Amino acid sequence: MPVSWLILILAALTLGGYIAGRARARASVQGDVRRLHSLPSYYGYNVALFALVPALAVLALWLLAQPMLIDARVSGMIPDTLIPEGSNQSLVMSDVRRVADGLELAVSSGAMSADEVAALDADATDIRARLGEMGVALGSDVRPEVLEAAQAYRAMSSTGTLWMTGVVLVLALAGLAWSYSRTHSEFRARNVVERGVLTLLILAASIAILTTVGIVLSMLFETINFFSLHDWKDFFLGATWAPNFRGDSELSILPLLWGTLYISLIALIVAVPIGLFAAIYLSEYASKPVRAFAKPLLEILAGIPTIVYGLFALLTVGPLLVDIFGRGEEGLLGLNWMSGATSVLTAGVVMGIMLIPFVSSLSDDIINSVPQSMRDGSLGLGATKSETVRQVVMPAALPGIVGAILLAASRAIGETMIVVMGAGAIAKFSLNPLESMTTITTRIVSQLTGDTDFASPETLVAFALGLTLFVLTLGLNILALYIVRKYREQYE
Amino acid sequence: MNQMTSVEKTVSTEANKITAEGVQVYYGDTHAIKDVNVQIEDKTVTAFIGPSGCGKSTFLRCLNRMNDTIDICRVEGQILLDGENIYDRKVDPVQLRAKVGMVFQKPNPFPKSIYDNVAYGPRIHGLARNKAELDEIVEKALRRGAIWNEVKDRLHAPGTGLSGGQQQRLCIARAVATEPEVLLMDEPCSALDPIATAQVEELIDELRQNYSVVIVTHSMQQAARVSQKTAFFHLGNLVEFGETGQIFTNPTDPRTESYITGRIG
Repeated sequence: MPVSWLILILAALTLGGYIAGRARARASVQGDVRRLHSLPSYYGYNVALFALVPALAVLALWLLAQPMLIDARVSGMIPDTLIPEGSNQSLVMSDVRRVADGLELAVSSGAMSADEVAALDADATDIRARLGEMGVALGSDVRPEVLEAAQAYRAMSSTGTLWMTGVVLVLALAGLAWSYSRTHSEFRARNVVERGVLTLLILAASIAILTTVGIVLSMLFETINFFSLHDWKDFFLGATWAPNFRGDSELSILPLLWGTLYISLIALIVAVPIGLFAAIYLSEYASKPVRAFAKPLLEILAGIPTIVYGLFALLTVGPLLVDIFGRGEEGLLGLNWMSGATSVLTAGVVMGIMLIPFVSSLSDDIINSVPQSMRDGSLGLGATKSETVRQVVMPAALPGIVGAILLAASRAIGETMIVVMGAGAIAKFSLNPLESMTTITTRIVSQLTGDTDFASPETLVAFALGLTLFVLTLGLNILALYIVRKYREQYE
Repeated sequence: MNQMTSVEKTVSTEANKITAEGVQVYYGDTHAIKDVNVQIEDKTVTAFIGPSGCGKSTFLRCLNRMNDTIDICRVEGQILLDGENIYDRKVDPVQLRAKVGMVFQKPNPFPKSIYDNVAYGPRIHGLARNKAELDEIVEKALRRGAIWNEVKDRLHAPGTGLSGGQQQRLCIARAVATEPEVLLMDEPCSALDPIATAQVEELIDELRQNYSVVIVTHSMQQAARVSQKTAFFHLGNLVEFGETGQIFTNPTDPRTESYITGRIG
């Protein structure tokens, strides 16, 4: 029986359990629901939960564990002599799995009967050809040992699935029966359901956290692989980024880090004053209607996908900057400093525009959280509005604003699409903002797209770059949160 | 009303610091202050009493145009400070607020050092020519605020680190530092404990030597203790205004009597 059927049956049991539980709760008080401890639906939820949750948990665990256990047992059946040179056990095992799946398909589609499959002999039948007829392609002829292993694999997985179906159904029925039998007027179904809800919430939170841990760990392992293939001194201290596939690449993060930080710096130079002044206008000067109109409008900027910003950089800002700083006599300034549309300035300016709503919206919240009494105090002493903003509101809001700027910086450092399209691809140290440079994120993209070989340092370097980037932005975020939190305590 | 005006006439007009004539205040559609006439004398403590929401704080905030910061607020009528209408076009509200200082209900020291809190006003208005003069102004203000002895050794500690009562006296010192002519106090003791209240009340009495003080209070005992003149507000009307002793012992209006004896409010 396929798993989907099993899940459907579970769903039906759950629904039935809900209805039955509710009905029994009502019946136990002869329909006078006021005498029940909880509302009738809670008794229903209680029965449904006990029918569904344990069975579903066992199902999930079984589905994860069964292939691993069977693999371990079957791989013991393959003799070492069978493993060809240059290959390894896992490749042979994947052959075994394919043959097993093919045979399964043959039986279920009716091309072979179960007895026929059981009687197959690798030397007598051309299994590769027969499976090929059904669309299962095998890389090589099936050897007797492989067929034997595949037969064993098939047998084990079918018994396993049978057991799984049985256990899950029994568990669901047992949970249903037990909780149904507990359903009576005194039973505190509401409290049980409450605990169930709590467990669900904890589960969701831990999945989010565990995923983060998982991401970091997977990056960490690939990074360790990278450092076993490539010298860490070159990565952290080298001066050149020149990947090639001859095996003598120079893979140093420093030129990329320089590009990243330079572009982020320009982005912040654009975003911080504009964003901050916009926030001050909106929170201190704008009348209510203007604010209600302008704030959402500014926040639309935050909703634009970064790829659109990338297009804007490539098609509008880049050519505009070339018109200003390049093209010799034809240019606006008659200069010839800039040749291509992609440059640090292009990417930085566009990224700055992207960050404006980020800075302004966070700063606006922070400025608004400065108590009105501070402003009153200053205005009551005869200060003007801008004096009040400059000397009282800003100093009070400064830690929070610094936090907002750090958060913006960590976004700038991690930004990908704008720099892929606007910054260029040349890794170098230069102070000229009109030259193209490249960033960590663009190099990750380029190292991982196209044909990749996950055993070469040129590909694995992407993980080392990614981890460094992660550590960098994580550090900035923690610093920002620390500053923001410290500031918040002042007014509570 | 007639009787009240006759009381007023005994006061010489030179001593009047602030004269309000026919003041109406609207918050949007709400008529918050209805036709208030009042004379506030120089070097006198005037108390505004009345139940919550009667408009006494609103009226107080009219006296230094703090209501300007509220968009929906509209003020009509005349308020004369030394004979000049403060709602006149040529009056700069910012300059006015330097002359009519204000102390708020909750102590609101800026998140700066004690010194910078007091020096804030003098710096903005350019009252000191050099550092030494500024030091002098700060010390004088802190002495007038009766807090100098407590903070003289830690002038550069943050003002927010002081206790509630000290913070309020710091705010008074801060208001005094700009050399105002009138000091408005909006329930200055409502966030303070009895000891700090007693200190602030003592301070108000000393401030009377130099300034005209207007204080809004919910405590009738406080009004009786610190003020020479008392105005009773009810539902946006100025019900009765006169000598504090007379208001508390022999009120002319039955509403005043009910409030003082605790029957309304």
